[in-house]
Amino acid sequence: MTTQVTARTVPYKEKKPFDYSPFLRKGKLPHIWCAGCGHGIVLKSLLRAVDATGIAKDDLAMVSGIGCSSRTPGYVDFNTMHTLHGRATAFATGLKLAKPRLKVIVATGDGDAMAIGGNHFIHACRRNMDMLILVYNNYIYGMTSGQASPTTPEEKISTTSRYGSIEPAFDICELAKTAGATFVARGTAYHAQELEKTLYEGLMHRGTAVIDILDSCPTYYGRFNKYKNVAEMMDKIEKDGTVSVAQAAKLSPEKLEGKQLRGILHRSERLEYCDGYKNLVDRVTG
Amino acid sequence: MSTEKKKKFLQGNEACIEGALYAGCRFYAGYPITPSTEVMELMALSLPKVGGKFIQMEDEIGSICAAIGGALAGEKAMTGTSGPGFSLKQEALGWACMTEVPLVIVNVMRSGPSTGYPTGPSQSDVMQTKWGSHGDKPTITLVPASVQELFYETIRAFNLSEKYRTPVIVLFDEVIGHMREAITIPEPGEVEVLERRKPTCPPEDYRPYAIQNGEVAPLAPFGEGYRFHVTGLYHAEDGFPTANQQYIHDTGMRLVNKVEHNQDDICENEELFLDDAEVVVFAYGVSSKSAKFAVKELRAGGVKAGLLRPKTIWPFPSNALDKVVAAGNVKKIIVPEMNLGQIYGEVQKVVAGRCEVQGIFRVDTEPIHPKQIMSAVLGHQVEPTVIPDEVLIERPMDG
Ligand SMILES: Cc1ncc(C[n+]2csc(CCOP(=O)(O)OP(=O)(O)O)c2C)c(N)n1
Repeated sequence: MTTQVTARTVPYKEKKPFDYSPFLRKGKLPHIWCAGCGHGIVLKSLLRAVDATGIAKDDLAMVSGIGCSSRTPGYVDFNTMHTLHGRATAFATGLKLAKPRLKVIVATGDGDAMAIGGNHFIHACRRNMDMLILVYNNYIYGMTSGQASPTTPEEKISTTSRYGSIEPAFDICELAKTAGATFVARGTAYHAQELEKTLYEGLMHRGTAVIDILDSCPTYYGRFNKYKNVAEMMDKIEKDGTVSVAQAAKLSPEKLEGKQLRGILHRSERLEYCDGYKNLVDRVTG
Repeated sequence: MSTEKKKKFLQGNEACIEGALYAGCRFYAGYPITPSTEVMELMALSLPKVGGKFIQMEDEIGSICAAIGGALAGEKAMTGTSGPGFSLKQEALGWACMTEVPLVIVNVMRSGPSTGYPTGPSQSDVMQTKWGSHGDKPTITLVPASVQELFYETIRAFNLSEKYRTPVIVLFDEVIGHMREAITIPEPGEVEVLERRKPTCPPEDYRPYAIQNGEVAPLAPFGEGYRFHVTGLYHAEDGFPTANQQYIHDTGMRLVNKVEHNQDDICENEELFLDDAEVVVFAYGVSSKSAKFAVKELRAGGVKAGLLRPKTIWPFPSNALDKVVAAGNVKKIIVPEMNLGQIYGEVQKVVAGRCEVQGIFRVDTEPIHPKQIMSAVLGHQVEPTVIPDEVLIERPMDG
């Protein structure tokens, strides 16, 4: 007996052209995101990945916290919850435990997941409950107009690090892996097609999956840190600042210096929480 | 089915769980804290046996959020805590009020601000249940005063939360939580249990916040074809954020009034000797135990004392209190509380100068003695109230 949703036998297959409309609440558009914001690219990749899995919309739930990124659930035609700043994984944990057949996606920002929600985040990873946590990582608090976040790199400018941040940034993937997540990956809005595949893998994974998605906030991060435009910002951070796991294998440590890895960084198998709970109930009642 | 009722010798915290299970609670998320820990431990023991879900979360914030998640999946859900944990739950409590999610929260009060006195009783969170979370919000809070009543009131808490689609707080103190009494567990079906109303309309017509006949629409569980949106932002009937000021006004009013305007349905009171009472003791929870004793003693001595004991403290039972005052016999109302006058102020508001209101406040973790109440009624000391020192010193200090 499995508690999983629809059999996910569909292999990943890219669809061109893609019709997004069945997945969107079109009446709720336009979205709130600024021109040049990466969140919309992430959403598009996600919808394509969702389609590739074949999971029915009724079986999908999206839970978010508070922030620009956390507005995503309002636009997608799933079962959706826009909760409290930092608490999305906790709400998602209750929802999933009560109804394991739902596939739960958490949409969260770097501030939401890493600062105020850090504790819920690491405990979600530890439990290995089946959920896909997407961290829309724009290295800044977007919604509140550009304060430093736990992923703001050292020396970078924000409204609360006017002279350059003196704090080191969190490596979301390292944190997730150490805390026990069984699928850990990094993608970028720049590599939208690659991201789509990573998202697909994350959705197919059974257990806690974390994807750190580098995306851009031109309005605040870009402007404060003197990137000329969105394209330059994406080039420097997402394209030049990352290498795929495959490329990295061929590069010298010097060449890898200062670059973030893209792709699936960790995958392991461990009892999923709801399965574990079911075993417990069987044991107690059996 | 046997007609012989089940008798059990239970602690208050245990009776609360018996009530919750009777009401169909199948989801609990919590975090340990004295003096409510037994509530959680007993759920950990009981829920797997009935196929329910139990989870120990990383903190009290996570606990209430997970419980709300469980409730939105369609379960009757509960979380329990004490003072410091209740403080942490406030933001999410407001979210559940705003999104109109049924939920039961147990708060076994302990003494003082901060860590205070974990193992000592108090009634210090009465105002926090009403005003602890930001914004004007609906509040239903039940204040049972015995182990048996705790059982019934927990069932009623679930019923009210389903009926009004709002969180309900079961508020009691360390004495009621840890006191043992023989109680009767009714047979299934003997006590009314309300089930969640679910929509029957086609999914495309479902408006989760539409008002029909003055009531908010039924709540569809996630994953059953209705695919709606839930947000803590002010939202329109379809559940999506709105900036329409008229709508914001109407929703703000409706949320609070769905409780305030139904006082007569929600509030339950115990009344004793009120017909001709000249002095009325207005007492709830642990303090009402002493109050009842005092009133009976006074009556035996020919004094025209009476008791008004609310079982529901929010919405404040102003109608019942007003009726007592308006009758015209009452010269004085006495409000004994294990806090510094949180409900005393509410009583004063309703009385509005029509008679004298006197408070008896105590925050030393010792329940108010019946003699303190008798002295207040009579206007002179019955006998000095002595608090033996060892009572204060010998209790274990844990947390
Ligand atoms: C308890 C609480 N604290 C603070 C806020 C204010 N707030 C709203 S969004 C946000 C940060 C959002 O940043 P991030 O999570 O990185 O998401 P982004 O907007 O960049 O997508 C903050 C601090 C809040 N809503 N609630």
